[in-house]
Amino acid sequence: MSGMIIFIVIILLVPVLLVLFVISIYNALVRLRNQVDNAWSQIDVQLKRRHDLIPNLVETAKGYMKHERGTFEAITQARSQAMGAKTVAESSKAEGALGEALSKFMLVVENYPDLKANQNFLAVQEELSSTENKIAFARQSYNDQVLAFNNKIQMFPSNIIAGMFSFGKRDFFEIEVEAEREVPKVSF
Amino acid sequence: MWELIRANKRNSIILMVMMAFVLMLLGFVIGFAVTRNPVGGFFGLVIATIIWIVLALVSLSSGDQIFLSASRAVPVTHDVHPQLFNIVEEMKIAAALPAMPKIYIINDPAPNAFATGRNPESASVAVTAGLLARLNRDELQGVIAHEISHIVHRDILFVTLAGIMLGSIVLLSQVFLRGMFYSSLGGSRRRYSSGGQGGGQAQVVLMVVAIIAAILAPIMAYLLYFALSQRREYLADAGAARLTRYPEGLASALEKISSDPAPQLASANKVTAPMYIVNPFKKKGQMKLSNLTSTHPPISERIRILRGLTHGVSYKDYSNAFTEVTHKKSVIPAAAMTKEEIGLRQAEAKAEKEQRLQSQMRQVGDIMRKVNQFVFLTCACGLKLKIPPNYKGKTVECPRCHTNHNIPGK
Repeated sequence: MSGMIIFIVIILLVPVLLVLFVISIYNALVRLRNQVDNAWSQIDVQLKRRHDLIPNLVETAKGYMKHERGTFEAITQARSQAMGAKTVAESSKAEGALGEALSKFMLVVENYPDLKANQNFLAVQEELSSTENKIAFARQSYNDQVLAFNNKIQMFPSNIIAGMFSFGKRDFFEIEVEAEREVPKVSF
Repeated sequence: MWELIRANKRNSIILMVMMAFVLMLLGFVIGFAVTRNPVGGFFGLVIATIIWIVLALVSLSSGDQIFLSASRAVPVTHDVHPQLFNIVEEMKIAAALPAMPKIYIINDPAPNAFATGRNPESASVAVTAGLLARLNRDELQGVIAHEISHIVHRDILFVTLAGIMLGSIVLLSQVFLRGMFYSSLGGSRRRYSSGGQGGGQAQVVLMVVAIIAAILAPIMAYLLYFALSQRREYLADAGAARLTRYPEGLASALEKISSDPAPQLASANKVTAPMYIVNPFKKKGQMKLSNLTSTHPPISERIRILRGLTHGVSYKDYSNAFTEVTHKKSVIPAAAMTKEEIGLRQAEAKAEKEQRLQSQMRQVGDIMRKVNQFVFLTCACGLKLKIPPNYKGKTVECPRCHTNHNIPGK
């Protein structure tokens, strides 16, 4: 009699435990996927911040660098192209060009000791170089999250649940433009 | 990463249980000795547990605030030190923390830093003014990455809880020993006479056992605490290398901090010491016993391990470098060493600005003035004016060229 009860309890318990197991893996997958999405949005946030900083930079530096109109134009143009980019590929290319223009600008700044001593300019420069760092770290973090997520959906047993609820593999952030591979280092 | 956090949580729980055991045993022995009755022993146990629960509740709700104010840390805004804020945000992004940690500055010329808080959602990072004055950007980034790693690894909660547990054990044994001392001065004769002839012997033995326990318990708790906090420092170093992809930054920061001539941190004490990036107590004439009771691994070792990371900065690389330098088994839990290839970041060519001690102290002063809301103005004659906050909205005359300056109000 008591054996019968134990048997029934086990029969009832196994599906319950199984469901709990599936739920916990599903939740882990959702959490990882959200982290990937969040990391991706961080990159966007920082790229947008870079766009916002550029007018400020140009405004501060203009008075000191009267003979560098070409450099300013290159930056402003690259910025408007980056802001107007529609697709990911387009945006990636434009951001690459913008980064290149900025690193060229920072090289030119070396020839203007007055500008380098200006407190306002130093402040903008710190913000800009920090934003470059943030973009790089956001990409790094995105790739870390993608690695964790992809590992999870390929490994047993979570791959079964990932297959059931169609969690797809994510792509790493690969830099297409050669110049962007090296995040422009702003040196002081 | 998750495996590492899980292993860390497990270690924290083991330590908590062991410390709770020490605490309860101490309570029981003291209660037994004072009342000479096993019931009194249980009473002592209950009192010890209540003390611990109260302290744990207080520390969970506001432990970080207690630590921060005990180390005289002042919360600062972005304007006070934009670079520090930017670096913390960079590391927050790299570590994918859910929220930006609050930032504090400690008015002290000794370079040091710590992190505290209950969880990554509500963490705080504190650095001394001396650290800001001494380190360049890459080095500061390494230090902040180390602190952010403590937050990610949940070390901050462990240190807060273990610190409080340690504190209550010390408190209990101190109260008992002091009480013993005073009662033996005042009323020992009366008590012994009322105790009767037969019980006297047993009482003395009981008392001696209680005193020994009261002396040994804090020492045991210290040893437990220190054994685990050394490991955490290595792990946080590994995490920092992984976050910044640039171990040289932290290595060079540790080198600078360890060779700093400034006196030791004024506001640190033995319980808060493990929270700092390097041991805030300078070893002067201490014996070799310090290796056992030290909360931090030797700095030279930490630097050598970081400099040994020449191929990559994954946990596996750190573990290999660790074994090479210390000839010990790995500190990294095996489960955390997943297959990952993480390359190093390119070093930036940077002119090292060597500064003299004098200019460093001046910078410490300036940072603290900014923390205290001083206004900085540069006069046309080149003199830099540092104006206290109560002059806001008033007019100040330059002492050199006598030009009047209007100080912007709040």
